[in-house]
Amino acid sequence: MLEIKNLVVQIEDKRILNGLDLTVNNGEVAAIMGPNGSGKSTLSYVIAGKEDYEVLDGEILLDGQNLLEMEPDQRAAAGVFLAFQYPLEIPGVASMTFLKAAMNAQRKARGDAELTMPDFIKRVNAAATQLEIPKDMLKRALNVGFSGGEKKRMEILQMALLQPTFCILDETDSGLDIDALRIVSEGVNALRSPDRSFLVITHYQRLLNHIVPDTVHVMSAGRIVKSGGKELALELEANGYADYRESEAA
Amino acid sequence: MAEVTLMKTPAETGLAQAFEGAKALLPGNAESRAQAFEQFNLRGLPHRRVEEFKYTDLRSLMREAAPFAAKPSGEEARAALANAKALAGVSALQVPFVNGHFVRDAVRFESLPEGVEVVPLAEALASGHDWLAHLSPIPWASDNPVYQLNTSFMADGVMLRITGPVETPVHLRFVTSSASAVATATRVLVLVEDGASVTLLESHESSNGAGHQPNDVVEIIAGDETDVRHIRMNVEGDQALALSTLAVKMGTEARLTSVNLVAGAAVSRHQVFGLFNGENAKAQINGATMIKGRQHADSTLVVEHGAPHCESRELFKTVIDDEATGVFQGKIIVPHHAQKTDGRMMSAAILLAEGGAMNNKPELEIFADDVQCAHGATCGQLDEDLLFYLMARGLPKKEAESLLVQAFLGEAVEFVDNEPVREALVAAIEEWLRTRS
Repeated sequence: MLEIKNLVVQIEDKRILNGLDLTVNNGEVAAIMGPNGSGKSTLSYVIAGKEDYEVLDGEILLDGQNLLEMEPDQRAAAGVFLAFQYPLEIPGVASMTFLKAAMNAQRKARGDAELTMPDFIKRVNAAATQLEIPKDMLKRALNVGFSGGEKKRMEILQMALLQPTFCILDETDSGLDIDALRIVSEGVNALRSPDRSFLVITHYQRLLNHIVPDTVHVMSAGRIVKSGGKELALELEANGYADYRESEAA
Repeated sequence: MAEVTLMKTPAETGLAQAFEGAKALLPGNAESRAQAFEQFNLRGLPHRRVEEFKYTDLRSLMREAAPFAAKPSGEEARAALANAKALAGVSALQVPFVNGHFVRDAVRFESLPEGVEVVPLAEALASGHDWLAHLSPIPWASDNPVYQLNTSFMADGVMLRITGPVETPVHLRFVTSSASAVATATRVLVLVEDGASVTLLESHESSNGAGHQPNDVVEIIAGDETDVRHIRMNVEGDQALALSTLAVKMGTEARLTSVNLVAGAAVSRHQVFGLFNGENAKAQINGATMIKGRQHADSTLVVEHGAPHCESRELFKTVIDDEATGVFQGKIIVPHHAQKTDGRMMSAAILLAEGGAMNNKPELEIFADDVQCAHGATCGQLDEDLLFYLMARGLPKKEAESLLVQAFLGEAVEFVDNEPVREALVAAIEEWLRTRS
């Protein structure tokens, strides 16, 4: 279970999150929607542990562990996974080398033995097949020369291999065509389980047709301003964020 | 009028005394040695006001001249070679040198690979061998003080002739094994005949704790339509002051790939002098340097496009930790007649700690009007966003840094097509990363 209590965050003296509260239960898929600049991506980075942000108040607990006291790699080992909005290209690092390093680093942190090469290859092949990732893509340097859709599929592949307990999808639908959206959503849906929860950040209802959320939260000016079931997303799609922007101004 | 007396440093005085003592004993043409030393002595050790040595002030870096090493006994040489580790896993024709002297016993002359001839240099100098006429293929190298010192003191080396396509790499293995500091001066001449091809490996290693002063020159004359792959590895001891020069003259449609990996020595300067002497030749000259502590590593390169339609690519990567200092100086010269020259030079450095420094000096001297030439130089830290991305996937910071450094240096190393050699270079990079504090 992820619990965020009264989270206040700023970057370069600019307040981005203003006392945000949010709880995501085990097995729950929570969607966060909100206008541009409401702090959605900041929230995802702060959970994952990016350095640039200054946390002024509040706490983030994952299964009772205080994430704010951990380095990004420790958070990953504790079960946090952030699927980046813009996955980074890493020239010179082969995708397979990277995947193996990441999987083994997490296993090591948890006290598990390193994967054997055949075991590793088997796992990658199985996950890659499901996400329709061709083998030659895995032979290239990580994300280098990948299309937008390929990069997002690569993120979900990593998610499938690392088996996190708390997954954040930061605008995973941006830059995806209809087919890629379907493949990525199916990949995510296959990972849904009672002991894994998701935070799905998006601007659009479209993604939520594919990944159907249990709860929907509206974020504005750095806070959750409304929460509801999946019907809330449809309401937003019909009416826009205007109502919430007014509350922002007030 | 008062007479002007130039002050000599202890090292310069030591070199002059060493030359006086050695000149009668060194083999070969005494006159050319004396001439080279005279040229050197006129200006002395180069210092920071000499443009080519602005960032590597040898006058202050070389405090004293170490005594030249004596020829080791057969037993000493065998022991030194048994302990040599650099590129040890690569199957190659071994051409070893211990303390600057060719170890003749280690080469089976009767069963050399087809297309390879080996002539010991000391004997060749003494007997006035025909091939000696090919020494110093690049005229302007003789103005360089490091090269002049080598010409003055060269005691041994080999001359190789490659007469066809040679599959087995030739490994020039230089080992200095002496408890006290010694100086060495070796010269290797490689004549690659028209149409021939060869992989030349060079490794340089020495014992830690002694201020050895090797000065090695490798000269390659690559004929028309030749293919030369040259891979060099500097893993000298931690106190060494290592000077080296690679001089290459290339014929028509010749191909050259040279990769120099630098991890060793307290102070190193590797000079590459290249000359295109025939049309449509191509050279890829790379460097991968990783230094830490207070190491100083200089890569200096001059490529002259002496013929039209040639292509040169230079890619130098430097990783600097702690308070180490890196230097890259690269100059591409394109004379009037070298039309359609295509030259690209890039030097990139990463500073891993606050105290390090990198000096980048790329230069182009272009006199022809129809050429494509470009150079670039960058210096920075590892990308924070990339580090975060890797850490967010579970890699601890140190491991994330290592992966990025490997990738960065790997770009210069990936040009090595011989797999065991490339793997040995990658292993050296990994070893360096493991021993980072």
